[in-house]
Amino acid sequence: MTGEIGRYLAMGGYAAFVWPAYGVALAVLGGLAWQSWRRYRASSNMLERLQRELRTRP
Amino acid sequence: MISRLANPARFMRFSTTALPWCWWSAVAVIALGLYFALVAAPPDYQQGETVRIMYIHVPAAWMALSIYLFVAVASAVALVWRHPLAEIAAAAAAPIGAAFTFVCLATGSLWGRPMWGAWWVWDARLTSVLVLFFLYLGYIALVNAFDEPGRGARAGSVLALAGVVNLPIVKFSVDWWNTLHQPASVVRLGGPKIDIAMLIPLLVMVTGFSLLFLALTMLRMRTALNERKALAMRLNRMPEPARPAERDHLVSAGPAVGRGA
Repeated sequence: MTGEIGRYLAMGGYAAFVWPAYGVALAVLGGLAWQSWRRYRASSNMLERLQRELRTRP
Repeated sequence: MISRLANPARFMRFSTTALPWCWWSAVAVIALGLYFALVAAPPDYQQGETVRIMYIHVPAAWMALSIYLFVAVASAVALVWRHPLAEIAAAAAAPIGAAFTFVCLATGSLWGRPMWGAWWVWDARLTSVLVLFFLYLGYIALVNAFDEPGRGARAGSVLALAGVVNLPIVKFSVDWWNTLHQPASVVRLGGPKIDIAMLIPLLVMVTGFSLLFLALTMLRMRTALNERKALAMRLNRMPEPARPAERDHLVSAGPAVGRGA
C-alpha cells in the first residue's frame, strides 16, 4: 500500500516538478482569495462603523 | 442582464446571493478537476507524468488571456460611457489576471525544466506572456498611483486598451515564429488535437478557474464599492472649512456612491 502511494507521489520521477506546480497554483490563488476576503471584511467593518457613527450623531 | 446590474446598489444585492454560489461551485469544480488531473488522466506517452502540469498551466494561460480581455472591455466601457461600475470591475479583475499569468509562467517553467532542459527561454510565446504579466502589473500600479480613484482608473483604462495588441501576439506567437513552445492543440481550426482523456480535465479545470474568477471579481468589486462609500461618508462629514475645491472633486470622483446609496 505504501509502495503504491509512494509510487504515485513519485510521479514517475518528476515529483520535483509536478507537485511544486500544483503548490504554486494553490499558494497564489489561495493567497489572492485570502487577501481579497480579508480586505472585504475590513471594508465592510469600516463602513458599518461609519454608518453607526452617523446614526448616533445628530 | 449586464445593464440591469450596472447599478451599484443592484449589483450589491445581486452579488450577495450570487457570490456564495459562485464560490462553492468553484471549489467543487476545481476539486473535480484536480481528481481528473491527478488521478483519472493517463500519463503522456512521451512526457510521462509531467503532462499533469498541463492541467494547471493551460487553463491558467487561458484565464490570463481572457481576463485581460475582460479588463480591456470593462476599461473601454468605463472610458466611453464613464460608468463607475465598469472601472471598478476592471480594477477588481486585474490582480486576478496577474495571479493566473504568474501561475502560468511558474508552472510553465517547472514543466520546461524537465522537458526542454531549461527553466526559461526567450522564445516568442514565453516572452509575450511575460509582457502580459508586466502589462497587468503596470495597470495595477497605475490605477493605485492616484489618491483620487477615478483618475487612476482612467489612466489605467488607457494602458489596458493599448495592451490589447499583445493578446493576438500571445495567441499566434507559436504560429508566427519558430518557438520551442508547442502550437495550440485545443483551440485551433479543425478542432482539438488532444485525447478526450486529457481534454476533459482541461475543460473542467478552466470552468473551475472561471467560477473562481467570477467569485473573486465580485468580492473585490464589493470591497471597492464599500471603500468608495466609506470615503464619501468621511468627506461629507468633514468640518466646514475643509478645502471645498478638493472635497467636491473627490466626491464627484465616486458617483457610484451617491447613486448607490
